[in-house]
Amino acid sequence: MAAVVEFRQVSYTPPGQAREVLRNLSLTLESGETVVLLGRSGSGKTTALKLVNGLLFPTSGNVLVEGKSTREWNPVALKRRIGYVIQEAGLFPHFTVSRNIALPPRLNGWAPEKIQARTVEMLRTVGLEDYADRYPRQLSGGQRQRAGVARALAAEPALLLLDEPFGALDPVTRLALQREFLKLKKTAFFVTHDIREALQLGARVALLHQGDLAVVADPASFQQSQHPEARAFLEVLQSVG
Amino acid sequence: MWADLAREALSLTLEHLFLVSVSVLLAALIAIPAAISLARHERLRRPIVGIVNILQTIPSLALFGFLIPLPVLGGIGKRTAIIALVLYALLPILRNTLVGITGIDAAVRESAVAMGMTPMQILREVELPLAAPSIFAGLRVATVTTIGTAAIAAAIGAGGLGVFIFRGIASVDNAQILAGAVPAALMAIAADEGFSWIERKLSPP
Repeated sequence: MAAVVEFRQVSYTPPGQAREVLRNLSLTLESGETVVLLGRSGSGKTTALKLVNGLLFPTSGNVLVEGKSTREWNPVALKRRIGYVIQEAGLFPHFTVSRNIALPPRLNGWAPEKIQARTVEMLRTVGLEDYADRYPRQLSGGQRQRAGVARALAAEPALLLLDEPFGALDPVTRLALQREFLKLKKTAFFVTHDIREALQLGARVALLHQGDLAVVADPASFQQSQHPEARAFLEVLQSVG
Repeated sequence: MWADLAREALSLTLEHLFLVSVSVLLAALIAIPAAISLARHERLRRPIVGIVNILQTIPSLALFGFLIPLPVLGGIGKRTAIIALVLYALLPILRNTLVGITGIDAAVRESAVAMGMTPMQILREVELPLAAPSIFAGLRVATVTTIGTAAIAAAIGAGGLGVFIFRGIASVDNAQILAGAVPAALMAIAADEGFSWIERKLSPP
C-alpha cells in the first residue's frame, strides 16, 4: 500500500522566530488509515497538518502527498484534493448549509446536477437533510461541525485533515460524531489533545512533544509505551477512569 | 413668485443631487479598491488611513479656499467642489471597507484558502459579500455628510441648495434659508434610510 502522505525529516520554524515548532518529523499515512496526531497545545500538531495541504511549507525536509512534494504541487490543486475540517468549522456565514457543502465540488468543476446530487447525499450522510436551507448561525455547534465534515467530504477528497473537529462539542454530541467518523473509513490525519479520542479513532497514534515525534504506535501498543509524555497522557485516562 | 421659487428649488435640488452622487461615486471608486489592497498590505494601512483622516479634519470652507488657486484641479465651480467632496467622502468608505474585510472571521478565511479558492474567488465570494453591510454603512455616512458639505460648495460657485442658504443669510430671508435647508435635510434622511435598508438586506440572517 502506497503512502498517501509522507513526512521526510520535516522541520518547521515560523518566519521571524528562532525556535523550531516541528523537528525532524518522519511519518507516513497509508491509504485508508487514520493517524491521530496527539499532543499538548504548542506541540506542533496543527503545524504538521498545515504542512500537508500547503498552508505552510517545511523549513527543511519534504512533505510528499501522493508521492509528490507539496512544493511541486500546484497550491490550489493540492488544496482542492484535500478535505480540511477545523474546530470552528469555518463555514461561510453568508452561505446556506447546502451551498457551503456544494462549494468544494463546485471549485473542482463538477457539473451542476452532480453537485446537486452530491450535496443531497452529504446532507443525508451527516443527518442535516432538514437544514439544507439554514444558515450556519441557525445551527447548533454539533450541527455546524457535521456540516463542516460534510463540506470537507463533498468533493470526495483523497485525504482528510481534521484539526480538533469535535473539540468544542458537548461530550454526548462528540461521541456520536466520533462514531460516525469511524464509519467513514477515510484516509485521514486527525489532530486532537484528547487521549481518549486518539485511542478510539486512530489506527495509529503519533504523539508529538514540543515539536518532536515522541511515540508512534497502534492504540494497544501506545498504552504500553514507557515514554514519559505518553505516560502523562495515559495518566489522564486513568484519572478519568 | 412662489412658482419661481419652486422651480428654482427643483433645479437646485437636482444640482445638489448631481454634486453628491458624482462625488460619492468617485470616492467609492477610489476608496473601495484602495481598502481591498490595504487589507492585504498591513504596513501601508496606518500611514494611508492617517492621511485620509487628516483630510477629514480640514474645515470644508478652508479646503474649498485652498483648492481655488490650484492649477488644473482648482478654480471656481463644480469641478473644484467635487474634488473637495470626494476627499471628504473617502474616509468613511475606506475605513468601513477595511473594517469589513479585516473583520472577517479567521476560521472562515482559513477554510476558504484551505479549500483551494483563488485570491480572486475569495475576494468575490467571501470578502466582498461579508464586508458588504459595512461597505454600505460607509457609503451611507459618506452620502449623508456629503449632502451637508455640498451646501457649502455654493460658496465657490458650484450651485446646489447652498445657493438658497447663502442668499438667505445675505438677505436675512428665512424662507430662502429654509428652501435650501429643508430639501437638503429630506435628501439626507432619504439617503440614510435607503442605505440602511440595503445594509439590512445584505446582512446574513
